[in-house]
Amino acid sequence: MTTNARIKKLIDDNEVLLFMKGNPTFPQCGFSSLACQALGALDTSFETVDVLQDPEIREGIKVFSNWPTIPQLYIRGEFIGGADIIRELYESGELAKKISKE
Amino acid sequence: MLQAIEIQKIIEAQLKCHFIKVSGDDGTHFDAVIVSDVFKGQTMIKQHQQVYLALGSMMQNEIHALSIKTYTPDEWSQINK
Repeated sequence: MTTNARIKKLIDDNEVLLFMKGNPTFPQCGFSSLACQALGALDTSFETVDVLQDPEIREGIKVFSNWPTIPQLYIRGEFIGGADIIRELYESGELAKKISKE
Repeated sequence: MLQAIEIQKIIEAQLKCHFIKVSGDDGTHFDAVIVSDVFKGQTMIKQHQQVYLALGSMMQNEIHALSIKTYTPDEWSQINK
C-alpha cells in the first residue's frame, strides 16, 4: 500500500484524527501538545498518529495536504489545519461545531 | 542564526503586505503577523498556505516553528480600533 493510500485510509477510518509528534500523554512538540489540549478540552474522542514513529507518513502527510508542518487535524476527512488554526477555531467555538457536526 | 527580519523580507518579497511583523530571537521559533489584501475571501488554511509558499523550503529546514496570524486590512483595523 502506498504512503498516500495509507494516509487516505487513516483519514477515512477515523472521524477526528490528529497527526502529531508523540502522543497525547507524551507530546514531543509544543504545537502538537497545544492541539491535543484543544481537543481534550472539548471532551471529544480523537485518534492520533505519531509521525515520529513513521517517517513515511511524516513526510507524506505534508504532500497530501500541501501543508509543511505537524500537527495536522482532520475531521471527517476534511483537513482543518495546523496548531495556529486549531487554536483559533477552538477559541472561536468553531472547532466544537465542526466536531459535533452542527 | 536566522533572523526574524530575514523571514519578514522573504515573505514581503512574495506577498504584497499591508502590514507585517515577524518576531522571535532564538533562531528557530518565530511568530508572524501578516495583513494583506490577498487574504480577502480566503479560508485560514489558504491564507497560511500562501505564507508557507512564500517561504518555500525554509519551512523544511531553517524554520522549526512559525506561528502565523493572518488578517485582511479590514480585520486588522477592527482589531486595532
